[in-house]
Amino acid sequence: MKKADKRSILIVDDSELNRSLLSDMLSDDFDIIEAENGVQACVVLQERELDISLVLLDIVMPEMDGFEVLAMMNKKGWINTIPVIMISAETSSSYIDRAYDLGAVDYISRPFDERTVKHRVLSNFMLALKQKEMADLLTTQVYERERDNRIMVEILSHIVEFRNGESGMHVMHVSTFTEMILNRLLLMTDKYKLSQSDITTIVNASALHDIGKMSVPEEILNKPGRLTKEEFEIMKRHAEDGEKMLKDIPYRHNEAIIRFGREICRWHHERYDGSGYPDGLKGDDIPISAQVVALADVYDALTSKRVYKDSFTHEKAIDMIKNGECGAFNPLILKCLDEIKDDLKRELHENSPSHGLEYEIRENVEQLLKTSGSDVSNRTIRLLEHERMKFRFYADLSREVMFEYVSSPEMIILNDWSADYLELPEKIIDPATSDFAQRIFRKKDFDELMTRMRKSSPESPIIEGKYILNIRGEKKWNKVIVKTLWSDDENPMYEGALGKCTDITEETEEIQQLESLADKDPITSLFNARAAKRLITKCLDNAGEKKYALVFFDLDNLKHANDKYGHLFGNELIKTVADRMLANTRATDVCARVGGDEFVIFMQYKDGLAQMVDRIFKCITQELKGFTVSVSMGVALSEECEGDYDTLYHMADQAAYAVKYGGKNAYKFYNQLKQTPKGRLSDNGSNA
Amino acid sequence: MTIRECYEKMGGDYADVVNRLRTDERIARFLLKVADDKSFELLCDSMANRDVETAFRAAHTLKGVCSNLSITRLFGSASALTEKLRGASEISAECAPLFEKVKQDYALTIECIRAIA
Repeated sequence: MKKADKRSILIVDDSELNRSLLSDMLSDDFDIIEAENGVQACVVLQERELDISLVLLDIVMPEMDGFEVLAMMNKKGWINTIPVIMISAETSSSYIDRAYDLGAVDYISRPFDERTVKHRVLSNFMLALKQKEMADLLTTQVYERERDNRIMVEILSHIVEFRNGESGMHVMHVSTFTEMILNRLLLMTDKYKLSQSDITTIVNASALHDIGKMSVPEEILNKPGRLTKEEFEIMKRHAEDGEKMLKDIPYRHNEAIIRFGREICRWHHERYDGSGYPDGLKGDDIPISAQVVALADVYDALTSKRVYKDSFTHEKAIDMIKNGECGAFNPLILKCLDEIKDDLKRELHENSPSHGLEYEIRENVEQLLKTSGSDVSNRTIRLLEHERMKFRFYADLSREVMFEYVSSPEMIILNDWSADYLELPEKIIDPATSDFAQRIFRKKDFDELMTRMRKSSPESPIIEGKYILNIRGEKKWNKVIVKTLWSDDENPMYEGALGKCTDITEETEEIQQLESLADKDPITSLFNARAAKRLITKCLDNAGEKKYALVFFDLDNLKHANDKYGHLFGNELIKTVADRMLANTRATDVCARVGGDEFVIFMQYKDGLAQMVDRIFKCITQELKGFTVSVSMGVALSEECEGDYDTLYHMADQAAYAVKYGGKNAYKFYNQLKQTPKGRLSDNGSNA
Repeated sequence: MTIRECYEKMGGDYADVVNRLRTDERIARFLLKVADDKSFELLCDSMANRDVETAFRAAHTLKGVCSNLSITRLFGSASALTEKLRGASEISAECAPLFEKVKQDYALTIECIRAIA
């Protein structure tokens, strides 16, 4: 075998010795890939399906045995293109039968002999190769035959048109419209039991609709004026004559093209209401092929320019047809025609007829090969390879972690760059217990993501989430976007997903910084009122058994300081108070400036609250550069507020209010205020 | 020791192996691999751990290796043990003498193979 033809063989056996023995026998002719258990084999197949020409498969293996590998190959369809030869010491017929049932092509029992192994591998390989060559050859031949057929039919129908003095495009148009209407009809109803190959044949046969005109004398056919009644009777005969021409072709009665051709020739002038000729058939007694061709025929006549008339627009033509000016038609087919309006225009204007033909044939051949389950062509493989290369290139360029998740056999595949970056292998088997799920992701995040993926649907397959990923020892915020993949069937099965992780750590940190800036009072770097409320509410919500106190105070003489010493001193006073607050509280306490001269301290306490408050009060009211700092301070306890911030704030505020009107520069606890009979609070002695 | 002598001494079928694998050079190369093969070790460990499933697989692999190299005697004892373990739910008392025989044959086989090199 030439070097260039060298293809790969996958050897699956749990014994290293056995693998190398086989490898030794075959490495002259093939590249050898080895797998030591079934799971590895499936991974290799998943990755390199198109490279592998043949599999040598042991039965008894750990992880996943040979039968399970065969079952997976059936499930994935690999078995259709990759021949499998079983190798085993098991010679019982139940083992052998089971392997054959699962699609193995051959069975070599141990101990193997070099000639047998080489011979069987080579002959099975050549068989598969030949099969592929034959499939390719068949594609070409079918393509050429189909093309010749179409050309023959067209030559024939052009002869009719030539005699008829028609444009030569009419037959082309009728075929095109017929095909488009039929395909549309197929989407709308299954009433007419048409297969794709029926449609192809009807389209071909549509070209024959007017062959009966060969028997109409030329004087009548090309008469410039109106036909007399007698002449018209002769003209009408072309329908029956056409059918007769086809009927009289010896030995071909059962050919589909003849069958459809006869229907079309004879009945393409019948009308849906029964007023047509030659048989006056009504409704669906007229075969669907003839109904559609009749409409295509009329529509083309209306929308084309003729010696005796200009072309009408689609709308005008449809109107005329609906008004019964040109016959009567099945409303369902009319609806089809109307719905494909835009496609019709494109078809007529953009595609030259010859291109249309080539394209159509190719499409038909592809369709044919697809339904007969033939091999992938070389071209497809090349295209796939190209796509793969493209993907790898872009993926590596993007510097983002990209992964593919396969649900069965379950694995995650990373692109080169990502594997390198995450310090993981490219193929990760059993992802849930892997480093990817447990080190890179947090386990619960990964499980949650997997669950969300499973619960998505083909209609909304995109999932997004923000997760902290542990990459190279650093915690990084990542946005993870995943698109789940589903099978093409009627009941789509979840097959896996494509995913991408984008590092948004910088973005997130910036936002967090901005958020914290927005929380701060610009002069003092204490929290502002909004942030204080948010933070304190959060503490109260999670308080449980914990006890908190809210201290509210305002400066009694800020206005006096501003007036007497200027605003700069006023600012200094505010900053000093803030510094004193921070110096006398813990980092977990909340210190805020909630108004111009109003401040809040929110702190946790166990006991000795009175001393804490006293110490804070004394510290804040120390002199500043000879200026007496005076505050009115109120204190309220979280246990009295039922967890509500506004209530707590209001209670502290009221206590401070009581101080202010009882002589200022002191502090009071809300629970020391006395309820007056009128419900008003009054002073109950000063603590200063 | 020649390959033929080695086969005679360890109870193997030289004619058969040379017929299948063609050259002495290749046979020698693979005989040396038998000494590196981990199946025997795995068999001993799993017999000790009473892990019947792994023991079956290891015995099965050993049997396959011997069969490929026509090491008839060890093949025979490994086969007997394999069949005793096949489908069993635990390692029965009957396995012990069969395992002993495998150990003896294995020791002899390895000794002969080492003598080629």
